[in-house]
Amino acid sequence: MNVLLDNFSEFRDGFIGTVEITAVSSVIALVLGLLLAGFRVSPVPPLRFFGTAWVTLLRNTPLTLLFLVFYFVVPEIFFPGMSSFLLGSLALGFYTASFVCETVRSGINTVPLGQAEAARSIGMTFTQTLRLIVLPQATRTVIPPLSSIFIALTKNSAIAGAFSVTELFGWQKLMSDQGYDIVPVFVWVALGYLVVTFAISGAFRLLESRMEVAR
Amino acid sequence: MSGVSVAKDAEDAAPASGDLVVLSNVNKHFGALHVLQDIDLTIARGEVVVVIGPSGSGKSTLCRTINRLETIDSGAITIDGKPLPQEGRELARLRADVGMVFQSFNLFAHKTVLENVMLGQTKVRRTEKKQAEAKARALLDRVGVGTQADKYPAQLSGGQQQRVAIARALAMDPKVMLFDEPTSALDPEMINEVLEVMQQLARDGMTMIVVTHEMGFARSAANRVVFMADGKIVEEATPDQFFSNPRSDRAKDFLSKILHH
Ligand SMILES: Nc1ncnc2c1ncn2[C@@H]1O[C@H](COP(=O)(O)OP(=O)(O)O)[C@@H](O)[C@H]1O
Ligand SMILES: [Mg+2]
Repeated sequence: MNVLLDNFSEFRDGFIGTVEITAVSSVIALVLGLLLAGFRVSPVPPLRFFGTAWVTLLRNTPLTLLFLVFYFVVPEIFFPGMSSFLLGSLALGFYTASFVCETVRSGINTVPLGQAEAARSIGMTFTQTLRLIVLPQATRTVIPPLSSIFIALTKNSAIAGAFSVTELFGWQKLMSDQGYDIVPVFVWVALGYLVVTFAISGAFRLLESRMEVAR
Repeated sequence: MSGVSVAKDAEDAAPASGDLVVLSNVNKHFGALHVLQDIDLTIARGEVVVVIGPSGSGKSTLCRTINRLETIDSGAITIDGKPLPQEGRELARLRADVGMVFQSFNLFAHKTVLENVMLGQTKVRRTEKKQAEAKARALLDRVGVGTQADKYPAQLSGGQQQRVAIARALAMDPKVMLFDEPTSALDPEMINEVLEVMQQLARDGMTMIVVTHEMGFARSAANRVVFMADGKIVEEATPDQFFSNPRSDRAKDFLSKILHH
């Protein structure tokens, strides 16, 4: 009686669930984080304010509280009937976006001001300057901290399990409810997370070495 | 060569003579510092104006207000009859018509030399890639760095980088070129190669505003010297007049310092 073999399909579903919510909220966090970073360095004051407000609010809120808001407040007011998977992805994505934003912004600040000035002086718009000149040069400094952020996101996705999203950590609860010994359950869960986080840091390491070559 | 000097052709086609850049009563503060004080300056089409003055007198700031890298507090700046627009798409379009060369070159570090000269053409002017490359290569040849086209800026000497920066600005067919101490960051043996390019540009009829202390360049290429001190234009004269017979005490004092060191 092996806990993994006996319950493999549940384990597999949980693992896939973790990969899915990690992937979806990573995309949300990355796209939104880049946008927010653009807002924060933009010449338009309302955009700057929005970016700052977002970061201040979401970065300083406990993630569990954010999940509660997304599960119990957001459907009431905005999106009735939204799936718990999507709500969880949004909560996690919005939260992580604030970290991505700050990392990207600090990367932007490492690019010498003269680069942006030269771009503007040949007639590039703010968006072109950011997209074509500044962000590509910020990427190298931003990649290592981003890797950590996405690993943290993976682990944070465990909270979604408490809100009826099928994911790896939820499997642990299922097993212990069925009376399995807790230690091997934890080991398998931990291994599942390790596979995801190793894949992420491997992908980022690859990206990093690619950029090394490109220079 | 004809493909390179499109700006001049356009000018000949529509001989809108007269003033290209006009600053009237321009004031600017950095906090408590009144860095530009009641600046009136008019630059005619085809004119080459050298701006000279002690460090901190506001020369760079003056240059940067002309393409609105710095905003002004009061007064007006017009380029080719049009007032400088607010930040946004229209300003970007206007900046494309005003070439700027920086003291520290500011070539795009992640792009090759060729890409540096093509980028503005393809992304701002929406020129065809092939056409942009041909023009970029012609310009690089013209400033004498054609063989370096595929290198990255960091692989070039300072003098070469600055010449690429000039080519990058010229690729936009600017109506006027601003140079902010283009040779100050260069080793002495590289200064002349950059000045020669600028002299040729002046001979070709480019309108130029040049902040520099290179008297040789001022004497041979400038129509007018503008002397600035403490945020004001203290004196305007022909190069000969200014260097051999300055009127103001500030200019005399300044010249005696740069001449005898
Ligand atoms: N961004 C800035 N913020 C505050 N002060 C500035 C800034 N840029 C320049 N200054 C100040 O304005 C004055 C004029 O500077 P600048 O135009 O660079 O002079 P110059 O080019 O003639 O040496 C200097 O005292 C300088 O310290
Ligand atoms: Mg200066």
